[in-house]
Amino acid sequence: MTISLIVNGAPQTVEITDGNTPLLWVVRDLLNLKGTKFGCGKAACGACTLHVDGEAIRSCSYPIKLAEGKTITTIEGLGNEQDPHPVQQAWIEEIVPQCGYCQPGFMMATAALLNIIPEPTDADIDQNIINVCRCATYYRMRKAIHRAAAIQKETTAKTKE
Amino acid sequence: MKKRKNRYAFYLVLAVGFFVVANYGRYNTLEYIPISVTEATNTDTSFDKMMRVLTHERCVNCHPNDNIPKQGDNSHPHYFGMARGKTNMGFDATKCNTCHQSENDAYSGVPGAPEWSLAPAAMYWEGLTRIEIAESILDPKRNGGRTSEETMHHLTEHELVLWAWDPGVDANGVLREKPPVSKEDYIKAVKQWFAEGHRIPSE
Ligand code: FES
Ligand code: FES
Repeated sequence: MTISLIVNGAPQTVEITDGNTPLLWVVRDLLNLKGTKFGCGKAACGACTLHVDGEAIRSCSYPIKLAEGKTITTIEGLGNEQDPHPVQQAWIEEIVPQCGYCQPGFMMATAALLNIIPEPTDADIDQNIINVCRCATYYRMRKAIHRAAAIQKETTAKTKE
Repeated sequence: MKKRKNRYAFYLVLAVGFFVVANYGRYNTLEYIPISVTEATNTDTSFDKMMRVLTHERCVNCHPNDNIPKQGDNSHPHYFGMARGKTNMGFDATKCNTCHQSENDAYSGVPGAPEWSLAPAAMYWEGLTRIEIAESILDPKRNGGRTSEETMHHLTEHELVLWAWDPGVDANGVLREKPPVSKEDYIKAVKQWFAEGHRIPSE
């Protein structure tokens, strides 16, 4: 089966025998983008969160056959060192990660949240950011999410000027 | 006279003591007699068949009375604090479709079907009797404004309803339980119940 999709802005064609292969494994093993992590494989932890057409998706429960024609963004495509996404910038400023394993999933979930709710309240964060961090960096993450919202607001204001 | 009274008292204490000792085990092993749950649902009218399906957890889990979806054959509250949200599809950014897609996913054990969502709040069935569920599905205020004809089509044709007979495997790879009536018999029963005037028995 051939699947055509756009990953981090670049068109990709994937040849795969099992169309039910999780998108996670295609991204990691076939496209060699190792930022997206495997935690549980049961859609329970959020380590594998990436964006499909701009929305947060847990890629371990997303069969590749459904990705035909879709636009995928992974943590590698969110921003880069020279031009970090507000979420990445905030994460650096608040020194959020401990071991770091869960962080790409959290950042992708946060970026998706800010697309929909640019200034989330604590209640919005509690409801929408439900990934699991074994190092319990939740406190710093909450600060970083608010900081990311502020950076995004500043950036948007500057672009409008 | 006093001696005789004492003797009676002694025998009484002995008898009570014997009773307590003899029954000690019974009250401490939580023994119970199982009651067979045959009741009226084990008959074969079209209403009974339909209701054996609609009261099954494959259906009721997504018709909650507290805006919280239920999961599994034991209908526990959905993990991770998921709830109805504004559109019956979860929260703004983390929604049903963050994990649930248009079909079951055998690798992760996440169930899926087209339009995966909770039934609207007015359509809650959790905690209702089968009579109350029947009243609810016939009430346009609680059934999404459907006529009985439309309700019949919904109950027999909607992909999310019929998912109950293809519920896939759970996170442990174990097949989920299907409703206790086959899909074909259920569809026949629903159609017959509506064709015969959708009468709700008084129990
Ligand atoms: S690996 Fe996908 S949610 Fe845990
Ligand atoms: S930083 Fe270690 S699991 Fe989250």
